[in-house]
Amino acid sequence: MTNHYIDFRNADVILNMGGNVAENHPVSFKWIQEAKNRGAIFIHVDPRFTRTSTKADIFARLRSGTDIAFLGGMIKYILDNNLYDEFYVKNYTNASFMVNPKYSFDDGLFSGYDPSKRSYDASTWALEKDENGIPKRDMTLQDERCVFQLLKKHYSRYTLEKVTAITGTPQSDLEKVYAAYAATHAPDKAGTVLYAMGWTQHTVGVQNIRAMSIIQSLLGNMGIAGGGVNALRGESNVQGSTDAALLFHILPGYLPAPREQWQTLEDYHKTTPATKDPRSVNWWKNRPKYLASLLKAFYGDKATKENDFGYSWLPKLDKTQDASWLNLFDEMYKGTFTGFFAWGMNPACSSANAGKVRQALAKLDWMVNVNVFDSETGSFWKGPDTDPKKIKTEVFQLPCAAFMEKEGSISNSGRWMQWRSKCAHPPGDAMPDGEIMYDLFKKVQALYKKEKGSLPDPILNLKWDYETDGKFDVHKVAKEINGYFLEDIPEHPVDKKEYKKGTLVPSFVYLLDDGRTSSGNWIYCASYTEAGNMAVRRKKDDPTGLGLYPQWSWSWPVNRRIIYNRASVDLEGKPRNPNRALLKWDAENKKWVGDIPDGPAPPMGTEGVYPFIMKPDGVASIFGPGLKDGPFPEHYEPLECPIEKNLMSNQRINPVIKIFEGGPDTFATCDPRYPFVCTTYRVTEHWQTGVLTRWLPWLLETEPQMFCEISQELAKLRGIENGEKVFVESPRGKVWAIAIVTPRLKPFVIAGQTVHLVGIPWHFGWLHSKDVGVNANRLTPTVGDPNTMIPESKAFMVNVTKASQEPAKKAGKA
Amino acid sequence: MADKSFFIDTTKCTACRGCQIACKQWNMNPATKTLQRGSHQNPEDLSYATFKLVRFSEFEENGKPVWYFFADQCRHCTTPPCKIVADSLNVKAIMQDEATGAVLYDPKVKVKEKDYKEIRGACPWDIPRWDEKTQGMAKCTMCIDRIKEGLLPACVKTCPTGAMNFGDREKILSMATQRLEQVKKHYPKAQLLNHDFLRTIFLVVDDPKKYHKFASVTPETILASLNEVLTPVG
Repeated sequence: MTNHYIDFRNADVILNMGGNVAENHPVSFKWIQEAKNRGAIFIHVDPRFTRTSTKADIFARLRSGTDIAFLGGMIKYILDNNLYDEFYVKNYTNASFMVNPKYSFDDGLFSGYDPSKRSYDASTWALEKDENGIPKRDMTLQDERCVFQLLKKHYSRYTLEKVTAITGTPQSDLEKVYAAYAATHAPDKAGTVLYAMGWTQHTVGVQNIRAMSIIQSLLGNMGIAGGGVNALRGESNVQGSTDAALLFHILPGYLPAPREQWQTLEDYHKTTPATKDPRSVNWWKNRPKYLASLLKAFYGDKATKENDFGYSWLPKLDKTQDASWLNLFDEMYKGTFTGFFAWGMNPACSSANAGKVRQALAKLDWMVNVNVFDSETGSFWKGPDTDPKKIKTEVFQLPCAAFMEKEGSISNSGRWMQWRSKCAHPPGDAMPDGEIMYDLFKKVQALYKKEKGSLPDPILNLKWDYETDGKFDVHKVAKEINGYFLEDIPEHPVDKKEYKKGTLVPSFVYLLDDGRTSSGNWIYCASYTEAGNMAVRRKKDDPTGLGLYPQWSWSWPVNRRIIYNRASVDLEGKPRNPNRALLKWDAENKKWVGDIPDGPAPPMGTEGVYPFIMKPDGVASIFGPGLKDGPFPEHYEPLECPIEKNLMSNQRINPVIKIFEGGPDTFATCDPRYPFVCTTYRVTEHWQTGVLTRWLPWLLETEPQMFCEISQELAKLRGIENGEKVFVESPRGKVWAIAIVTPRLKPFVIAGQTVHLVGIPWHFGWLHSKDVGVNANRLTPTVGDPNTMIPESKAFMVNVTKASQEPAKKAGKA
Repeated sequence: MADKSFFIDTTKCTACRGCQIACKQWNMNPATKTLQRGSHQNPEDLSYATFKLVRFSEFEENGKPVWYFFADQCRHCTTPPCKIVADSLNVKAIMQDEATGAVLYDPKVKVKEKDYKEIRGACPWDIPRWDEKTQGMAKCTMCIDRIKEGLLPACVKTCPTGAMNFGDREKILSMATQRLEQVKKHYPKAQLLNHDFLRTIFLVVDDPKKYHKFASVTPETILASLNEVLTPVG
């Protein structure tokens, strides 16, 4: 999140879309309720009327997979009615920038599309620069080639009529939502948006978020209290896990993972973001310091200037390799690799097209399953329709400690790194994950020492000394993540002060590119310093009154609570909303007061630095040329969709998504065998695949079995009674579920056609307990967003039929 | 320790089931085997093992879905009819804590089934429950062990939104009436349910019957049933 949970209470309007916040982030609803207590308006936009909707002042329904149409309509509404924050748009975004004259958009395609490669050459999407390399601008926003006018042109097509026809949302509801949300363009009004998988799990997932970022930039809601673009993250520490780069494409701190074409450190550094504009801070220019420090944390003394700090020991991806989940399991299915760690996850249930994954697991020679309980993954070899005698995979089950049985930090959606104590011993042989990893790798190193292996250097040279008295020490890891001075530094270039070898680095500002500093993750530098473990702090002081609580734990970066906060002030550094003064410039003492500023530089004025310091151009991107599918979000239908034609253009689906074909990867669109749109979701009472929660009787008691929510209209169509068993089927699989017939789901009218929606939770699995049902992911397709490959679990096509041909007993009302 | 009360503001309830499960956990009540019956309400009803139950009521009105949540529990009546009947039947299972007003069942006291049925029948909110095996009665305890130590009842402690509130009766009544005034601006039909003689006070925005069959009683009904139970039996 750009902001944080408590900050929700500062909003005047809260939009929850692509998410179901009361059900899936129930504790965060405390802050939304506080905002409501202060008169805030809460809007919920969702295909279903959920527990969240009951608390909404405005509820609007939309068809799964049509968020860009909905948001595109909002952009048009904002522009048509001049409901944008003109000062903010002109000064803090790239709305005034001029775009390459070769850029164009026509009938669903941006310039540079190669249909044979299903990809874009994005060179025509470039922003124009003058002879000094400074972006060309039209500050009047009138030039037809400036971003602002191109934005207007692009979204002029998203009329209310078109949007209604695509989304199924009544025009009056669209206008209600648009009017309420656009009111936050006023400098003294803050609008925040809360979203989750309902936006991300689509083949247009990233562009969904982009659309909202554009809206927040137009309304001046980025970088202010009560504003921002706020992802409600899932696992309690998923934020921590992406920060620590548990994804193929990054290194800790969101540095790009090295690729084959960057053989040397110098090659890698050639890709460091650059700018010629002296007013753009372009903080990523410091990347070489962070990579050098990371490599020193990895390889210690073995990393030297001479050997590029061990850069050659880092694995390199192939030139354009995408090793994300869908591709990973596709390779596993093809037998490309033979060993697999399923660490704290349950892919046999959680993966899109779970049936394919179950087959893939059987191709492995070995698998290590680390979890608190056994799962459908660990026990895949004895699953339904599986003959253990035919499975060659050797499975190692390693029980691990649950969250309260170990010490360490968890980084929440708001980037707050909260340290937790150990309050109970893990049972039996269960160990904390960190201990398992640490001991395992020690053994691997010992084997490499003895047997050499094919490339021993990266293994043997890895710094692996995080123990105290022979036991894994999480504090040593936390300190390594923060980083150390590795030599005495008599006069540091930044502040001229002296720093001693072996002391902890105060913040990433002090990291160097010459091997004299280490840091396991530059964004966490300042979390564990000579002053102590900042994540442990629990002080309730709140000097600004905005709920920042700067001494409650620690947030990255450098304890900044709301990022891009320099956009909350005017050019002189005065808060644009004095009632929610996040930051203000104290001219007398030449410093900022309030939240930690995005850099200590003085206010922007006419010669100072721009506020969006992480962007090469220093401003928010309304035009975003860096994504695979276009610089402006455009509505495309999901891969499996209910209508033959995309009403927006002749490009039915996202033109750059990867199509997996053959074997277990089948799709069906506009197929009468699968006439209903299906979406998947969660309930408060279960967690993910239920791998933890199905084993907890109190939770299973509340939601005991797989269900399928269907509208009364669909129930009538299929003769289904509330509480009776049904089958839900897609081209990939078939599951049973208990029907919940409810007025909370309604059919949509899409381009004059009735389109039914059904919904299923993905919390169940065959292993435990008996008769709870199997996982919804048996039905979902292997297709994902082109930028992130997150699977399209929120919109695909199914059929729903009665399980029994006999008329069902009346089971009572929902 | 003063006279206590609950204020349950249904306008803030998101049916997260935190209260339902916190109650189970604190009392170490077992989970029961349930099935999906076409509703998110589970277990189906209060029982010897379920003292706090979030009831879900959904229907359609003017073409729009309506979904009400009612976190049901013992009302801890100021004059509990269950106790009056139990006393009259010489069943010594029920007492009322003088300080807090909590109505407490002793599950170790064996109660004959026919006596239990009469006791349950006296309760307009249908709260008393009984276990066939142990012959004991059980229900919400007002977390008397917690509140005597200055802690909040488990359900109140867990509630994230402020739907569940607990405290000295005066303060709670004042909180409830103030909130009612606020809520009435948007929901003119809002009302507090029988707050005059209950220690568990619900705020609803609609006809109580739309929440739950036994959500509330009219004052006439309670007086009539009280008169009935005060009449000597037999």
